[in-house]
Amino acid sequence: MMLEVAGLEAFYGEQQALFGVGFELDEGGVRTLLGANGAGKTTVLRALCGMVRTAGEVRFDGKAIAGWATEDIVRLGIAHVPEGRGTFLRVTVEENLQLGAMTRRDRAGIAADIDRVYEHFPRLRERRDQQAGTLSGGEQQMLAVGRALMLRPRLMLLDEPSFGLAPLVVAELFEILRQINREMGVAMLVVEQNAALALDLADHAYLLETGRIVMDAPAAVVGADESVRRAYLGY
Amino acid sequence: MELLLQQVMAGLATGGIYALMALAVVMIYQAIDHLNFAQGEMAMFSTFIAWQLMQWGQPYWAAFAIAVVLSFVGGVVIERVLFRPIHNAPILSSIVAFIALFSILNSGAGYLFDYTIKEFPTPFGSKPFLGITLISTHQAGMIGVTLGMLALLYLFFRGTRLGLAMRAAAANPESARLVGIRVGWMTALGWGMAAAIGAVAGVLIAPVVFLEPNMMLGVLLYGFAGAVLGGLTSPGGAVFGGFAMGVIENLAGTFIPYVGRELKLTIALVLIVAVLMVRPSGIFGRRLVVRV
Repeated sequence: MMLEVAGLEAFYGEQQALFGVGFELDEGGVRTLLGANGAGKTTVLRALCGMVRTAGEVRFDGKAIAGWATEDIVRLGIAHVPEGRGTFLRVTVEENLQLGAMTRRDRAGIAADIDRVYEHFPRLRERRDQQAGTLSGGEQQMLAVGRALMLRPRLMLLDEPSFGLAPLVVAELFEILRQINREMGVAMLVVEQNAALALDLADHAYLLETGRIVMDAPAAVVGADESVRRAYLGY
Repeated sequence: MELLLQQVMAGLATGGIYALMALAVVMIYQAIDHLNFAQGEMAMFSTFIAWQLMQWGQPYWAAFAIAVVLSFVGGVVIERVLFRPIHNAPILSSIVAFIALFSILNSGAGYLFDYTIKEFPTPFGSKPFLGITLISTHQAGMIGVTLGMLALLYLFFRGTRLGLAMRAAAANPESARLVGIRVGWMTALGWGMAAAIGAVAGVLIAPVVFLEPNMMLGVLLYGFAGAVLGGLTSPGGAVFGGFAMGVIENLAGTFIPYVGRELKLTIALVLIVAVLMVRPSGIFGRRLVVRV
């Protein structure tokens, strides 16, 4: 297993947000965390990256990384595409991509990867010299995914990639995510409000309710369970 | 016309001092988002280090270089030791720490080097510059160094990966961590650079105002004002603001009746407030373009 999580708890000040969450993810696998607003989906991703106070066990390649600093976890090849996209607004699109490769030293490889991101997202190439703050929401989301790719990640944590995007843009973005997973073998953990979309992308799903995992099943099973769909997924 | 030109030249000459200080102020503001009240005292202390090295027989440029390097290290250490532990604390804690640093450096310098006013040498000489009596070769040299440092900073922040990482860490620390940037060290580096720039400023200002523990009080006030006027987010703006302070101060003293020497600072500050009412982020300050 590439990622193993057991008994994970997370705290915002005194407030506990996760209670004994456990799950795992294989090399190249795609799994999704579903659940209502406030169930703790985003917190799981933040906990994996050391962005909140946690207790419990997180292993990446067998290494215990709970309690590590965010920047050290990232250097293992874990790219987090955060809620709100985390765009560096005041620098250009291309500088955003260069920032994604900040942990790397291979100049030629970085240049080649920037080119590859532009092939995935031609819109970004058109706007490469533009201040990133002037991009539309969809373009910023593409930039966030592109920036994450620049790390040459082994695992991508995607927080609400469809949020605020037009349906056509969402379809395009998810197609590219699928392609990235297939061609580069990048594993993905996806948090989504849009359950249908996430279940379509993922092979396994976890259902989160008030900080606990209440269902753990293959995506197809979760999607086919009508009572679960009605109770938790709203479609 | 002759008088106007002369006063502008004289204003630029003093403005060079403010511009240097404003540049150091902006450097640290970029890194930590606060004004550092102790910036002037840090520069003063660096200048004393250079002075002491020269007393011990070091040649001017060696003393200059060693003082700049030591100041850089000192800036990093101050950040690591004093400000790193409180970087999540409320802003008032930072302000108290700034004041503490201010008074430690001020009295420390007084204790180590005493309060007598000392002369400080200039590497540029003090003859009239190109035959203009209102501006000396030292002042011209100071303006040149200010512009040179501005150009170097521009190249550093626009042209290097480290510069880009520092900008990213300052503007968006959370995202910066997510791309693996060590944000804490970027902040420390910002302190080091600001301290080094302050050292250059202090060493060049000292021949004009003379060396003593309180030499920077007035200069820092003008430097702050210049930085705010030009825009705290823009090093170029800060340098412009510093020069503008010098010129406005001089012109107000000369051309507005009843102002004279006593009120010229007041007039300059009133003008700045007026500018800020129209452009709150300063003349060259960045108003972020965001599409929602």
